[in-house]
Parts: sequence; structure tokens; C-alpha cells
Amino acid sequence: MREVHTDEITNVVRDLFMDANCNLGEDVLAAFDHAIEKDESPVAREVMKELKENARIAREENSPICQDTGLAVLFVELGQDVHIIGGNFKDAINDGVRQGYMEGYLRKSACDPFSRKNTGDNTPAIIHLEIVPGDKIKIMAVPKGGGAENMSRVNMLTPAVGIEGVKDFVVNRVKESGSNPCPPTVIGVGIGGTFERSALLAKKALLRKIGDRNPDPEIAKAEEEVLDRINKLGIGPMGYGGNTTSLDIFFEVEPCHIASLPLAVNIQCHASRHKEAII
Amino acid sequence: MSNKIELTTPLSTEDVEKLNIGDKVFLNGIIYTGRDAAHKRLIDLLNEGKELPIDVKGQIIYYMGPSPAKPGNPIGSAGPTTSYRMDAYAPKLIELGMKGMIGKGNRALEVIEAMKKYKAVYLGATGGAGALIAKSIKKAEIVAYEDLGPEAIRKLEVEDFPVVVINDTKGNDLYVEGAKKYSKE
Ligand code: SF4
Repeated sequence: MREVHTDEITNVVRDLFMDANCNLGEDVLAAFDHAIEKDESPVAREVMKELKENARIAREENSPICQDTGLAVLFVELGQDVHIIGGNFKDAINDGVRQGYMEGYLRKSACDPFSRKNTGDNTPAIIHLEIVPGDKIKIMAVPKGGGAENMSRVNMLTPAVGIEGVKDFVVNRVKESGSNPCPPTVIGVGIGGTFERSALLAKKALLRKIGDRNPDPEIAKAEEEVLDRINKLGIGPMGYGGNTTSLDIFFEVEPCHIASLPLAVNIQCHASRHKEAII
Repeated sequence: MSNKIELTTPLSTEDVEKLNIGDKVFLNGIIYTGRDAAHKRLIDLLNEGKELPIDVKGQIIYYMGPSPAKPGNPIGSAGPTTSYRMDAYAPKLIELGMKGMIGKGNRALEVIEAMKKYKAVYLGATGGAGALIAKSIKKAEIVAYEDLGPEAIRKLEVEDFPVVVINDTKGNDLYVEGAKKYSKE
């Protein structure tokens, strides 16, 4: 048993959210550059240049890329040989979120669903915990903004529609979302499992790097085909028209019930923020 | 498409009538911020026949809730929020003489109709470019609903604040025309 103190967890969570909100990943920046070179629309190229400049300012001044610094979503892989000491694991994570959003001057966006009263410190965090072999803790922080999240959907398809039905639904979802989720977007697609499992797969898919293909060649081909169809919609950066509507799309597939075909589409904006650390 | 125009608030009907979709506009002067919660309060006041805390005539409302300002800065990151959530409230304010809205994303038909009828425009700021947009905000002051935190109404002093015309006074829509132009479906 390896002992890990809750203070360490809190510190790591705090730093991850501050880092994720101010420093966009290299893979996303490279995709911006690609669009600046390749998009046919002059307005689109200009928007992409603005996004690149915005990322540079955020990195240099350590200020948030976007004012919507999201709800605090975490994927935690907890090694089964870790013994957590010093306090409650969940409290440690929420303390990290609280500190990160305070010290990093990040916006607190968590509120009561009906009174809309802000919780004041961006807690509670949304924590997805998995127990894995080993004595390490892997923490992935994903600040998730509201605009793109609102365009996401879960649908229980009829199995007969098959992969073609899945592709059509995803393309349509992106089309109907139009300019709302701040295109160019990244699309996470969860296929299979149950109702809630598909949504979780879709969110977790967003952690993959731009350009990363599914190991199953059939699924990888479907990803490429859907990305191509999406980028032919013409929506473009910010919806002003262009060929860069999504930067990438990631399918995650798992077995499902013989009567079902669950499908979740989780839309992420170009502020595709996520950072990870291992304790 | 793509004329570059400078405008200073408050705006007149003539100012907005000359704008066309796709025009790049640099705004100067005062603009106000407001999101869902603030809009709800404004409309509630109007329904009760009471006066608004700001005079919207000739003004622009920016759909934005900033991140907290660091010491020494007027504001934190300050990009637009999605506009459709304000669609239920916007026509009433346009009728009262509001000349512009800044946000991102599609507007409802009623809003587009109100813009045509009472001469107002919908302007797009680059969503998610909050750190960059903050550079053109020189001063920020809360003028109403401080209890709403990031959703309070702020008065912003802006210099060369960059926006693109999405809906003009003639009923055109950049989202529709832009996608049409580049669609390969
Ligand atoms: S959708 Fe993303 S980039 Fe756009 S405002 Fe929301 S968090 Fe920011």
C-alpha cells in the first residue's frame, strides 16, 4: 500500500484547473494553424488567427482562454494499492477546485438548477472515478463550458439503423448546433453501453488528442468519414462560413443490450481544455 | 462582405442601417453587459411598469459574464455567451430603442423581425476569444444587480472592440449566407 495525502490531491487538482484554463494543448494549436493555412474562407482564416492570438495572450498572461471556465469535470483513475490518508478523497478534490477557481481568477459557473443561485466556488466537481491496478492516481481535469455542452445529446437509436444511422445523427447534431457551440468544435461520440454509459464514453472521448484515431480500423474510417461530412456543412469557424467546422471527432464503442443502440454526442468547443497529472 | 467600419455609441438608426452582414465593425464608447438573469429582471420591471436601471435607447447590450479581474486589470476574460437564451427578452428591448446586441449563435425569428422593424443589429464577437477581447475593454463598472456576480449589468468603456455583423436591419443572416457559400453537401 502506498500512502497519498489528501493535501497532495488538492494541490494537483488546483494546479490542473488553473493550467487547463490558461494553456491550450499543442494538438489544438496545431489544428488552428492547419485551418489558418487551409480554410477557403478569408473570414474563417481571420477568426482562426484571432483564436491563435487569444491562446497566446492567455498563455503569456496566465489568463483564462475563455471567460466560461466551465464546470469542473474530473476523470480519476485510482490505483487499488493506494491508501488515501489525511481526510476524505472527495473533499480533497472539491478543495482543489475551490482553490484553483479562486486563486486562478476563474469564473464560478456552478448554480442551483432552479433558483439559479451560484454555489460561489464552482463546486461540486463532477467526479468520474475508476479503480485500476497499481499504486498511482491519475487525475484528468476537464473544465467544460456551457455553450458547447448545451448542444450535446443522448439518443437511444433503433439497432436496425446501424452505423449509418449513427453517422447521420452525429452530422445532423452538428448541423443543428450551428454557430452555438463556438465552432470549430471537437466531437466526442459514445456508442453502446447503457443510457448513462454512452454519455460518459462521449465525454471521455474528448480527452483524446486531435488526430488520434480509434484503434479499430472500421471505426477509424467512420470517424474520418463523419469529420469530412461535418466539414462540408459550410458552417465554419464561429458559423461565419468556411470548411473548418470541427477539428476532430472521436468514437468510443462498447457492447450494449441486444434491444438497444445508445448514442451520445458530446460537443466540445475550440477551447478544448484538458490537462492530466499522475500522483 | 467584409467592409471595415468604426462606430461610436450611442448609435442612431442611420448608423445601423448602413451595416451589412459580414461587415467588420470596431466599436468605441460605452456598451452594457447583460445575460439571462439580468434580462429577466429588466423585463420583469417593464411588466410592472417600472423604470429600468439603464436607458437602453441607442445602446448596445453585450451578452457576457466575465471571469474575475486580476488586480490591476479592468476585467478578466470577456468573450460572448450564446445569445438564444436572451431571445425571449430581446424584442421588447429593441422596441424600446436598443440598437445592438453582441453575442454568438443564432437568433429566433422574432428577434430578427424586431431588428428589421425597429432598426437594430445583431453583432457577433469571437466566442472563446475572451483573453483577446478583454484587451479592447478599458474600464468596467457594475451599474446594476451586483448580487448576480458575473451576471451583473456592467458598463464597459471600449476601444476598437471587434465584432462582425450577423443580422442587419434588412433581415439578412450571416450564418445562413456563410454556410450556403461554403457548403459542399
Ligand atoms: S462554448 Fe467554449 S469557447 Fe464558447 S463561450 Fe463556451 S466555453 Fe467558451
